[in-house]
Amino acid sequence: MTQIGETRRELALDCFLLAGRIMMESGAETYRVEDTMIRMAVSQNMVNSHCFVTPSGIMFSPSEELATRFVRINNRSTDLERVALINSVSRRLVAGEFTLQQAYDEMLIIDQTNYRFNMWLQILAAALASGCFFILLGGTWHDLPFAFVFGGTGFIIVETILLETRVKIFAEFIGAFVIGILASITVYTGFSTDLDTLIIGSIMPLVPGLLITNAVRDLMAGHFMSGLSKGAEAFLTAFAIGAGIAVVLSF
Amino acid sequence: MNWPLEALLSFLAAGAFGVMFNAPQRTLISCGLVGMSGWLIYRIFFLAFDDPVQASFAGAFAVSFVAHLLAKKFRMPMIIFSVAGIIPLVPGSKAYNAMRNIVENNYLEAIAFASEAMMISGAVAMGLVFAEVLMQLFFKRQAKRIQKKMGLTQD
Repeated sequence: MTQIGETRRELALDCFLLAGRIMMESGAETYRVEDTMIRMAVSQNMVNSHCFVTPSGIMFSPSEELATRFVRINNRSTDLERVALINSVSRRLVAGEFTLQQAYDEMLIIDQTNYRFNMWLQILAAALASGCFFILLGGTWHDLPFAFVFGGTGFIIVETILLETRVKIFAEFIGAFVIGILASITVYTGFSTDLDTLIIGSIMPLVPGLLITNAVRDLMAGHFMSGLSKGAEAFLTAFAIGAGIAVVLSF
Repeated sequence: MNWPLEALLSFLAAGAFGVMFNAPQRTLISCGLVGMSGWLIYRIFFLAFDDPVQASFAGAFAVSFVAHLLAKKFRMPMIIFSVAGIIPLVPGSKAYNAMRNIVENNYLEAIAFASEAMMISGAVAMGLVFAEVLMQLFFKRQAKRIQKKMGLTQD
């Protein structure tokens, strides 16, 4: 291992951990985060480095004799644009197109910029997805507008409560609860006949499909910590949705 | 079965999930295509063999295969394409039914739904991994490295 200066090494560590944190917060797979960090480290001549990534924290050890650094991950969402941007920065760093300082500055910009689509576009997308799933799962064209509206409404409620409270379970519970109430009302007043398909179509934007698949995939890749904690997160989400619906149905 | 309609709907649904997951703008159409291919393969297998687990495996395999090709083309992580495409296949309704039955004290039915959901999500994950490994074997130069990365070989 060639010796590199103290400040440069600290910068390198900051850079790797920032990259790992942004990727993990944006919903990248655990093995990809580890792979990216190790590649960047190797490109900076830190060949003996190890990193350990979990959904709630990242540890990075540059070598046996140097201090290990740790970074905590608090909130996770799905923001694929950031994963792609960090990936391209790390590619360019490894290819030598970026210096370490340039890569770090670029990542700071990525960390602070909001790449989200316009809120209205996201709500529209949620409504559209609900409508499409409603038909795909066997709903009738007559009920399509209900699924469309309820899917959008559920998404709005979850996002609004998440903005206010940051408690994911609560937001999902209330979202599913409102969808359940709306669907029951339309069925009991006779506008619609198919309660189950209507509910399943409308809650599709809330269902933790990505988490379930990612959890099993991480488990199979040998990342047991990540797999189990993502599985727990998926279970909690599914529980919140199921409970929200069940509260309505039990009346 | 109305194929063109299902193709259009799954395309729109996967594209909409691409928007919700904030995929990069120029990949949205590709996300939709991945979702469409996955759903169509899933439906063909489901109608032919009447087994959701096999059909999910085949669908996930198709999703992963197409996502891999697109990832190579765009030089972006594969997850961007596979996530939106995999959503129609994940057993969201089964998981929902299981949870609902647990809350309503129908534990036996809940277990049946939950184990089916587990089987399907396992099949989806297997489909993803199989396609990934096969693609890497196809690109032999990289095969060894990726298998090590995914923890599929010990050394």
